[in-house]
Amino acid sequence: MRRRFLFVRNRKAATGLVILGIYVLFAIIGPWVAPYDPSARGNDLVQGPSSAHWFGTTHLGQDIFSQILVGTRSVIYVGFLAGLIATTLSVLIGVTAGYLGGKTDDALSVLSNVILVIPAIPLMIIITSILENASDTLIALVIGLTSWSWNARVLRAQTLSLRRRDYVEASRASGEKTWRIVIFELLPNLTAVIASGFVGTVIFAVLSEITLAFIGITSNDGWNWGTVLFWAQGQQALGQHAWWWFVPAGLAIALLGTALSLINFGIDEFVSPRLRSAGTTKLKTASGGTVRMRIGFTPVLSAPREGK
Amino acid sequence: MDPILEIRHLDVDYGLGDRAVRAVRDVSLTLHRGEVLGLAGESGSGKSTLAYGLTRLLAPPGVISGGQVIYHPASGEPYDVLSLSDNGLRQFRWAETAIVFQGAMNSLNPVHKISTQLTDVLKAHEPSMSEHTRQARAREMLKLVGISPDRMDAYPHQLSGGMRQRVMIGMALILQPQVVIMDEPTTALDVVMQRQILGQLIELRERLGFSVIFITHDLSLLVEFSNRIAIMYGGRIVEEAPAATLYRDALHPYSKGLLSSFPALRGPRRELAGIPGSPPDLAAMPAGCSFHPRCPRAFEPCSVTIPVLGRPDATGRTVACWLHPSADAADSPGVSVASGEH
Repeated sequence: MRRRFLFVRNRKAATGLVILGIYVLFAIIGPWVAPYDPSARGNDLVQGPSSAHWFGTTHLGQDIFSQILVGTRSVIYVGFLAGLIATTLSVLIGVTAGYLGGKTDDALSVLSNVILVIPAIPLMIIITSILENASDTLIALVIGLTSWSWNARVLRAQTLSLRRRDYVEASRASGEKTWRIVIFELLPNLTAVIASGFVGTVIFAVLSEITLAFIGITSNDGWNWGTVLFWAQGQQALGQHAWWWFVPAGLAIALLGTALSLINFGIDEFVSPRLRSAGTTKLKTASGGTVRMRIGFTPVLSAPREGK
Repeated sequence: MDPILEIRHLDVDYGLGDRAVRAVRDVSLTLHRGEVLGLAGESGSGKSTLAYGLTRLLAPPGVISGGQVIYHPASGEPYDVLSLSDNGLRQFRWAETAIVFQGAMNSLNPVHKISTQLTDVLKAHEPSMSEHTRQARAREMLKLVGISPDRMDAYPHQLSGGMRQRVMIGMALILQPQVVIMDEPTTALDVVMQRQILGQLIELRERLGFSVIFITHDLSLLVEFSNRIAIMYGGRIVEEAPAATLYRDALHPYSKGLLSSFPALRGPRRELAGIPGSPPDLAAMPAGCSFHPRCPRAFEPCSVTIPVLGRPDATGRTVACWLHPSADAADSPGVSVASGEH
């Protein structure tokens, strides 16, 4: 309870969580609260923001605000599903390779190295363009399956260093089963790496999906921020000075990235006790002054000596 | 003898406000030029906290809540270490006061040669020194601590624990500090190595003339190597006397308990006795003398009033115990200040 409270008390993490919470909320209710059908054509063509169309309209008179709202679901869904797939794979492959070593390690390392050097975006373009009408789930799957290798390598390195620690050796010597050592001794130590890897992959997946949509590889009927940018680009929004067409989508992407990064910082400080104590350096004294706690410079309280 | 480091009424807390735990209480101690001052006590008696506090190296949540640490440099005016600026403190450390930590041998970076780590200090404190002079100085330092200079390019894992510890002692002495604080520097080593290193240290001290504050829980070591011994209990100094005097005739029951917990090599056989009970909880100290619940000779003032350090006789030794009331309460500064407080 206290630990959870601590995490939320961290200002960065709390800000990130609030922003992400709003996105998730819109991902769920977006299609229901959207004022218009995002694909429905209207009579106001390429109009600037107004009370009827908050973010203006497209060349077909579609409401951009509705497109952004409806598109949130696809972005969040693909981002988190891909992040989940990639993180699961990276934990399975990285920790297994690091802990078991030997031939298993060699084989799994070769696999991650091969995946690592394959350029992800072109591969995604090839895979998704072969498959007709790529659904969100399929895109998430492709992104997840191609982006796990970096984290797997990080986890393998970390596991290699952890498996020689005394407490791991001790549990091995006392006959603990391998799965138990991995789950109870190793994984808690890897939490920070796994969590930040997950958040990083979500950011990467969101950007990948938007990139794919931007170059036109997406499901035919769905909307996401990349699709909005695709049409804005195709209709030369910049040339028409229709800034409302691409700025909202861009800001939405930037804000989501910021929120996830803030959560990442929060996780780092939360999981690593050393960073945590470094986080709260300014403390109030009984007499109302503040002291700065720093390693190597013990503060001297200048309060007058009182009787004991 | 002139003093080099005077600790005056130092208080060190862990935490702030109501939750603060006072780990060092009203400690006054003087280190004289060229002497070895031993600091002994059980685990949790505040010896390490005192050493880290006076150098301001205590990690959060440690704070110094009162007192002064007056340092007398070789030339120039004495100053209070606790009021130094960050930069002043950086200059002061290592050049004036060096510290060898508990398990210091693990402080060596495994990926750098020991020569690099030795010359690093010189680079930071004496940037004008040439690379050649630095190397020569490091080599000389290794020779001083009894390591062959051809080990300069060795990595820490290629040296034994004792050698690494000696490298750390050499590193502490490389800027020729006036004061060296040693916090259980030999605890992790075997007794043979312990003796060898301490013998070397005493020899070095005679040659270089620095003063040592030596912290240990091993009183038998101190009796042999130090000039004066201060015994700490529950964050206070309870007795301070020349080593030989303390060994022959300890006044405080706690010092007696510590001394009777190890056997003498010669002399009649005697019963080895430990001290019953366990160290006090610093957050809930007993009233009066903090040792009275464990003291075999406690009587009624012990549980009521805190005894202050006083001089029981004319020899200059001090003890804080009601069994040995101060002979000259009037001119003992420790008593007058402290009694004004309680």
